[in-house]
Amino acid sequence: MTARDTGTGYVDGNALAGPLGELFALVAMDVTAATGRCVNCGRTGPVAALAVYDRAPGMVARCPGCDHVMLRLVRTPDAAWLDLSGMVWLRVTTER
Amino acid sequence: MGIVSPGFHGRRRKSAAELPPGQYLTNDFPVLSAGPTPRMREDDWEFTVTTETGREHRWTWREFLDLPAETPTVDIHCVTKWSKLATEWEGVSLDALLADVETEADFALVHSYGGYTTNLPLADLVEGQAWIVHRYNGEELAPEHGGPARLLVPHLYFWKSAKWVHGIRLLTDDEPGFWESAGYHDYGDPWREQRYQGD
Repeated sequence: MTARDTGTGYVDGNALAGPLGELFALVAMDVTAATGRCVNCGRTGPVAALAVYDRAPGMVARCPGCDHVMLRLVRTPDAAWLDLSGMVWLRVTTER
Repeated sequence: MGIVSPGFHGRRRKSAAELPPGQYLTNDFPVLSAGPTPRMREDDWEFTVTTETGREHRWTWREFLDLPAETPTVDIHCVTKWSKLATEWEGVSLDALLADVETEADFALVHSYGGYTTNLPLADLVEGQAWIVHRYNGEELAPEHGGPARLLVPHLYFWKSAKWVHGIRLLTDDEPGFWESAGYHDYGDPWREQRYQGD
C-alpha cells in the first residue's frame, strides 16, 4: 500500500508497483524488441543487437558500437541481479 | 634466475572429496570472458602499482621479465564449478613486485586491459599466494587465457585471477570489482563456497 505524506510532496516506492509491474510484463513478452541507449557513446539500438558474452559468471551485454557494458545479469540460487547502469534508458513499446 | 615451486601439489588424481564443495574436475581449460579479448603487444604492455597516496610504480615488459621468476604448480577453481588440478605457470610473485612499495592499504583493486576489475584484500596477494604469470604449460600465455600476462591467485575463485592484468590500485577502503558489484562474493574462498553475496 502506498503511503502518502502530505508534507513531503512525494509518495513511497509502493507507488511504482503498478507501473513497474506493467513494464516488466511487457519486457517479459519480448525484451529483445526494447531499445536502449549506451551511456558511453550514445548509440541507440534494440537489445537484440547487443553483443552478449555468456560464457562467464553472468551475462554481459555490450554496446555493438563501443564495447561498453550496457547490461549485466547475474543469476544466483535465490536472486537475480540486473545492472542497467550502462544504459541511459531502456525503451519498451506499449499499446496505444 | 631462481626457480621455486611453491604450492606444488603433484600430479596425482584427486577424488571429488578433495575438491572444494560443489566443484567438478575438468581436464580442459575452459575459456570464460566478459568481453572481447584485448590484443596487447608486449612492447605496449605495462604493469602499474598505485598506492593509496597516488605514488605509481611501473614495469615495462622487459623490466617485468628481469624480476626473479617462479614456477607455481597450483589447483584452480572457477565459480562456474569446474576445477583443474596441478596447472603449471611461470611468472613473478607479487611479493617481488610489492617489495619496494610503501603502503598502509588493506585492499587491492586489480584492473585489466579491456576494463575488467576485481577486488581482494592486499594480504591475499602477498606471502607466496599470488603471481603475475606470463607462461602456462611451458608456453607463452595465450590471449584467450589472459596473455601477455594475468594475475594468478589460486586460493580464491578464479574470477579473482584477472586476465590481461594492467595494474593494481592499493586502497584504504574496499571497492568492489566487476563481478563483486553484481552479486558475487567480495572474498570468494572456494573451500567455504563463497560464490555470491551473503554466502
